[in-house]
Amino acid sequence: MAVETPLKGNIGDSIKRKEDDRFIRGRGNYLDDIVLPGMLYMAIHRSPFAHARIKSINTDAAQAVPGVVAVVTGALLAQHKLAWMPTLSGDTQAVLATDKVRFQGQEVACVIATDPYVARDAAMLVEVDYDVLPAVVTPQQALQPDAPLIRDEKEGQTSNHIYHWEAGDKAKTDEAFAKADRVVKLDTFYPRCHPSPLETCGIVADVNSATGHATLYMTSQAPHAHRTLFAIVAGLPEQNIRIISPDIGGGFGNKVPIYPGYVVATAASLLIGKPVKWVEDRSENLISTGFARDFHMSGEMALRNDGRMLGLRVKLLSDNGAFYADAQPTKFKAGLFHIVTGSYDVAAAHVEADGAYTNKAPGGVAYRCSFRVTEASYLIERLVESAALEMNLDPADIRLKNFIQPEQFPYMSATGFEYDSGNYPKAMQLALDKLGYKELRKEQAEKRKKGELMGIGVASFTEVVGAGPGKHYDIAGLRMFDSAELRVHPTGKAILKLGVKSQGQGHETTFAQIVTEELGIPAADIEVQEGDTDNTPYGLGTYASRSTPVGGAATAMVSRKLRDKAKKIAAHLLEASEADIEFDHGKFFVRGSPSKSKTIQDVAFAAYTNLPDGMEAGLEGVTYYDPPNMTFPFGTYLVVVDIDRGTGQVKVRRMVAVDDCGVRINPMIVEGQLHGGLTEGFGIAFMQLITFDEEGNCLGSNFTDYLLPTAWETPKFEMGETVTPSPHHPIGAKGVGESATVGSPAAFVNAVIDAVGHLGIKNIDMPVTSDKVWTALKEAGGAE
Amino acid sequence: MGQSITVTVNGEKKTAEVEPRLLLVHFLREKLRLTGTHIGCDTTHCGACTVLVDGTPVKSCTMLAVQADGQQVTTVEALAASGTLHPVQAAFKQEHGLQCGFCTPGMMLTGVALLQEKPDPTDDEIRWALSGNICRCTGYMNIVKAVKSAAAQMKASAAVPEAATASARS
Repeated sequence: MAVETPLKGNIGDSIKRKEDDRFIRGRGNYLDDIVLPGMLYMAIHRSPFAHARIKSINTDAAQAVPGVVAVVTGALLAQHKLAWMPTLSGDTQAVLATDKVRFQGQEVACVIATDPYVARDAAMLVEVDYDVLPAVVTPQQALQPDAPLIRDEKEGQTSNHIYHWEAGDKAKTDEAFAKADRVVKLDTFYPRCHPSPLETCGIVADVNSATGHATLYMTSQAPHAHRTLFAIVAGLPEQNIRIISPDIGGGFGNKVPIYPGYVVATAASLLIGKPVKWVEDRSENLISTGFARDFHMSGEMALRNDGRMLGLRVKLLSDNGAFYADAQPTKFKAGLFHIVTGSYDVAAAHVEADGAYTNKAPGGVAYRCSFRVTEASYLIERLVESAALEMNLDPADIRLKNFIQPEQFPYMSATGFEYDSGNYPKAMQLALDKLGYKELRKEQAEKRKKGELMGIGVASFTEVVGAGPGKHYDIAGLRMFDSAELRVHPTGKAILKLGVKSQGQGHETTFAQIVTEELGIPAADIEVQEGDTDNTPYGLGTYASRSTPVGGAATAMVSRKLRDKAKKIAAHLLEASEADIEFDHGKFFVRGSPSKSKTIQDVAFAAYTNLPDGMEAGLEGVTYYDPPNMTFPFGTYLVVVDIDRGTGQVKVRRMVAVDDCGVRINPMIVEGQLHGGLTEGFGIAFMQLITFDEEGNCLGSNFTDYLLPTAWETPKFEMGETVTPSPHHPIGAKGVGESATVGSPAAFVNAVIDAVGHLGIKNIDMPVTSDKVWTALKEAGGAE
Repeated sequence: MGQSITVTVNGEKKTAEVEPRLLLVHFLREKLRLTGTHIGCDTTHCGACTVLVDGTPVKSCTMLAVQADGQQVTTVEALAASGTLHPVQAAFKQEHGLQCGFCTPGMMLTGVALLQEKPDPTDDEIRWALSGNICRCTGYMNIVKAVKSAAAQMKASAAVPEAATASARS
């Protein structure tokens, strides 16, 4: 094997990940690995019903189990004003139910015991007497005038309607439709699914009753924001709360909300004076924590006969479950769904959104997605497919005809987004060439003659990520800036502390590389720390692909701040004027005489030992970065499927994914993120479904029923890239963690529709299972 | 109520009094503090808890500790026991076969068992062998690559032991 020159870790270097060394040895430190002296264990008694009034709760039998220390009910929490807590969307959510249960799996009582098995045994012995009420399981049912009122405890709440929200220009859109040659419509349902990180959610709450200090180890994607919310919810002084988010076994949005279990475990630790651990089991994770999607969407597209889009009209009805707990910026009731014009130059658009309560778990988390961008991308890409099918246009051609052109950036969309940069035709052309699109179309035509079903799916997504400019984006009032603190030690090694928090994205490597690029310190010499609120600067956390756009920008800016100071020190060391000092890859030198130089390590040492007169010691700094705009990653995904007419089975033959996420810091990690996102998109398109029966029983409560893709069925991906830097990001990066999950579901479904559209099948809602395909084929007379 | 068991874990004999209902994964994690074995689903689907029992991959969340009495259990902690990474571990890092790391121990142990049985597996054989282990982060492509590259590495080291050990260390 050839000896490789070790890479320093500049931007563009695919260095191996720093975090891997502990993970491959089984030496990660995940939440459930944490054991504190005297620690107690909590288990939750949950509602078996979707909707029921609680008549009484009897905890005697549970209390009597040896080893049980306490049983906590909503009534007890109510005494401490903790029975309800605020949600991230300005609603309230029951911590433990006091009046009614509103979804199956809702938290009713908690048992704290000396042993986890005992806690579980006793939780089963909590007796709750219920009056079962009719359950509401769809938003359409919820909005019927005679529907049972789910949130009867809310003052002034007379129906199950939560919000109405609009974006775009209705009058202008109506005009565009009046002028159109054709209107293409699509009603589609993006069903409920669940992020299901492999590690479930949990907490170890350690409240010191003597000092009042609460150390909360939590599976948190946003530890700082959680600290503030905890201070507000629990009324604890914020300086006494320390949240430590250890290694996280995947998040995907599931670990953004604050869950009742966190609050009860903290309260229990406070009341009992001992650490309390609570870790969900998989069923608890699936039935009670942040679900995603559940959007019923109706789209209409106005077009000219030549396929040029003139307008877009969308109505959507969102199923928010029993509590409106979407994790999203405050001003946007349906997240950033209004990015729904996607990659297309559409002059007029109007979006109307309504949300409804149902007897289902709350959530609406951005599952590997920047706040409902996935739903938007799915709708527009499916709608374009419908237009192509109905107007007999090639799905690639109609997209090329309507793309926002490279020279139109920055581009103001009809719903108010200013797209930063893009070159959509280039990405699509690369994807088409890589796939051999034309040849495959020929093959498809041949196969169709023989009665074989083959489809080519096209999707060209545009995301909006990196929330966001503080004046528009906040969560619970907290502006969505992010932060980086950099300390360069005297020996030239550095520690970088961030407000974001990795859940597998490789921050310890990627963010070190930004410092390497800016200061020339090798990535191996930079320790990256995150997740401990006492030891990192305040930030809003990792979700919505915001770490690189916001935290990465903060890292570049703080590095530059230090570089400016370092330059002054270098001038002092080189006995030159600061104006004559130049910097290149870790070396400061006097202009014109590069041999006269000092390394960043020399300068770092001098920052503590040999400073110019009057200069403060040290080489440290902190930056809070408020981005001027969001970033807009994009790409084209192409999928080839073959469908068995006899069984409806869809086989993904190929998938080509061309992504443009701006500048790639570590291409290996970027590609890994894309592989994972594509796989989740594949899972959502074909397998992952959380559904309910009419009584509100969750039918996806374990991995037998909630199917996740394994190595066996997951397709192999063929990757491609273009690079269109973000003009406003300090290093031109855009964020990539979610692109593939946002863009790929439509590509998979479009491939299926492309295979069967000629038979008159216009839509099959996800997950596109064999039985759905077979049924559709049978109804269309195309099954064998 | 306790039952005495003796299990050889990573080469060391461990004797303990355990409740008959204690799951093997809890025995390993809680009693022996070997926390490299993770719990992902409780129902044998995800494979995060995979360990080797007498060399065979087993989901330790659905095996009782008492069932392991008298057997050899290998966990991730044993893979680099000598201080040198096992070729499968080295390959997972080299090929970027992990992200959050939660599935990684189970995934690697399944890979190790596969390579013992089939030193030169095809992509499909690898994918089939790993199909009881779920990864939510990587999309499996780099995991398959890692197992394949470990196979090549092991083959090479069987041929030239010293050279391979040196490069596994680098």
